[in-house]
Amino acid sequence: MSQTLEHLLLKKRSAILKRWLDLIFDTYPADGRSFFASRRNRIANPVGGAIVDGVDKLFDWLMQGEKSDVRDICVFLDNIVRIRAVQEFSASHSIGFVFFLKHAIRETLDSELRKEQLHEDLLTFESKIDSLALLAFDNYSQCREQLHQIRAAEIRNRTSRLLERACQKYGMPSEW
Amino acid sequence: MELDKLPKPEEMQIDLTPPESGWMDTPVNMRDGTYSYPAAAKNLKILDMPNPREWSVTADDWKLPQNWQEIILEGFKERLEKYRSFKLFMDICVRCGACADKCHFFIGSGDPKNMPVLRAELLRSVYRKNFSTLGRMLGRFSGSRELTLPVLKEWFYYFFQCTECRRCSVYCPYGIDTAEVTMIGRELLNLVGLNINWVIEPVANCFRTGNHLGIPPHGLIDMWEFMVDDIEDITGIKVDLPVNKKGAEILFVTPSGDYFADPGTYTCMGYLMLFHELGLDYTWSTYASEGGNFGLFTSHEMIKRLNAKIYAEAKRLGVKWIIGGECGHMWRVMHQYMETMNGPADFLEEPVSPITGTKFENSKQTKMVHITEFTSDLIRNGKLKLDPSRNDRFRVTYHDSCNPARAAGLMEEPRYVLRNVVNNFFEMPENSIREHTYCCGGGAGLGNDENLDMRMRGGFPRANAVRHVRDKHDVNRLICMCAIDRATLTALMHYWAPDVEVGGIHELLANALIMEGEHERKLDLRGEPFSGEEEDEDV
Repeated sequence: MSQTLEHLLLKKRSAILKRWLDLIFDTYPADGRSFFASRRNRIANPVGGAIVDGVDKLFDWLMQGEKSDVRDICVFLDNIVRIRAVQEFSASHSIGFVFFLKHAIRETLDSELRKEQLHEDLLTFESKIDSLALLAFDNYSQCREQLHQIRAAEIRNRTSRLLERACQKYGMPSEW
Repeated sequence: MELDKLPKPEEMQIDLTPPESGWMDTPVNMRDGTYSYPAAAKNLKILDMPNPREWSVTADDWKLPQNWQEIILEGFKERLEKYRSFKLFMDICVRCGACADKCHFFIGSGDPKNMPVLRAELLRSVYRKNFSTLGRMLGRFSGSRELTLPVLKEWFYYFFQCTECRRCSVYCPYGIDTAEVTMIGRELLNLVGLNINWVIEPVANCFRTGNHLGIPPHGLIDMWEFMVDDIEDITGIKVDLPVNKKGAEILFVTPSGDYFADPGTYTCMGYLMLFHELGLDYTWSTYASEGGNFGLFTSHEMIKRLNAKIYAEAKRLGVKWIIGGECGHMWRVMHQYMETMNGPADFLEEPVSPITGTKFENSKQTKMVHITEFTSDLIRNGKLKLDPSRNDRFRVTYHDSCNPARAAGLMEEPRYVLRNVVNNFFEMPENSIREHTYCCGGGAGLGNDENLDMRMRGGFPRANAVRHVRDKHDVNRLICMCAIDRATLTALMHYWAPDVEVGGIHELLANALIMEGEHERKLDLRGEPFSGEEEDEDV
């Protein structure tokens, strides 16, 4: 009996997610990798926790097909992208983790995909992964923009009262 | 289309895996956002510190003295002889790994050199090579290595990537205090002119004018008067502002960060209101105008130099004892170093609260009491009229600042005050508070804006715990007892939990404080309406 791609993805869900996680954790140095991958308390291992939770939710969202709403996934995508946006990665390394899912699926389902001739379905599914990567790119840009805003606000706030007082004292406008 | 024509997994894979080299062979990457700018030559000159020059962290040439290795190894030897603890910390680590996953920078970044054991190993490897016979004989096999320029650059990068928060030391079965290893590491770097400006400029300013921003006395008085005006607008009361008052009973010293930058300013207004309401015989000082002491992040000698003004001013003004404001590292200095370095304070009296008669026996030696000890005693004895419902808009959690919590055990008093001035208080998870507290990621001079990526990494464990109580209990106010925290946590929340604001304990206390003769108060110290009142007016 022939199987649809959806069936296969659901059947091999845990193997695909495990491979996806391994590929993401492999972007960290060895000691960091084993720590993030450990199943510690989420307060003790917040990076690992966010990534494990995140890939789970991202995969389910991709499986929803036509019904999926972008807003449902933004929080979980942000939980991962926000972390990687301040870690030791270039922009492409930060969001490249999304494409690892393609790798994980092709590797895990290799023989089934060939046997069942599911390449067109796979391409459709992969387009959705590409959309997720674009969302991640927007998200990454927002995070970096926010960091610049924080820097500017910090510099301004450091002496805000001093300037406000000086403006007040010498009759200058207090808004600046 | 045939599936065979699609790229194979290995063909589409871009390799993002970092190279698997050992830690000794992995050079540092001075990436923008993860290091602090060097100390300006003018500041080093003010302090008579070695090798003042303009240099850049990303340049190949750091303009070091010709004999820099000799200088550092001589300094190393001197400190091994001078500090028994340092010698012990170099010898006794058994690499059990208990500290490895406790550093907030490691938890946020996964960089192995942020594991406390490896951070200390940066010094230990050079120690073995130069000061241990076995290490010299066995060479690299024993984990020893030459002090080369790449090693020195590694020291600079990672010793200015430790906030000296001491979380790792809580878990070490041998009691190795990695903060002290970092302190010595920084002292050695100082010997050849490797320092960061965010530390050295406040030190230089403090040395010249008494406070971090270098504000002269009339500027300080101006700022305090500004607060007095704001308080009058909010409460209708013009509070007292005693400055440099000779013969006052108490000298009040607090971090100057709270004079100029929001939200610390609101905490500072809180002190003015509390002391006025009590009719306390106290004084501010334009000389001892800084509680903070960035000497702690420079060298032991510098701590002493900057701290000396506190007792000197207490003596000059003829006060009986001292109260310290909400602070972090300041309290470590006052509590653990001040009396040894600049005491004995035999011209002061054992602190006794003039309002309650309580003797602060714990401060018998230093003669200095922390404001939360003072205020919690007032509340305990029913001396303050408080209306916590004024703070009902806030759902509050408390961040234990590293130094008061871990170095001074000040954990109950701030919570006692908070529980009496707010109705909605929620603790973060146990493994992130009290002695297990996570650092803000910006202490020990690292709270500068150029180091922002690193601060966000290091602060993530703290922010994650805040997000936990935000999601569970709708927490919207993060309270802390440290001026550095008030500045750095604000940026941290902006990035990780934008709906959570940061504030101090005495800001909330002053919101709740019912003052004698106040007009009907509608606004909190930030000029925002107390909960519900805005809606009432609309009806």
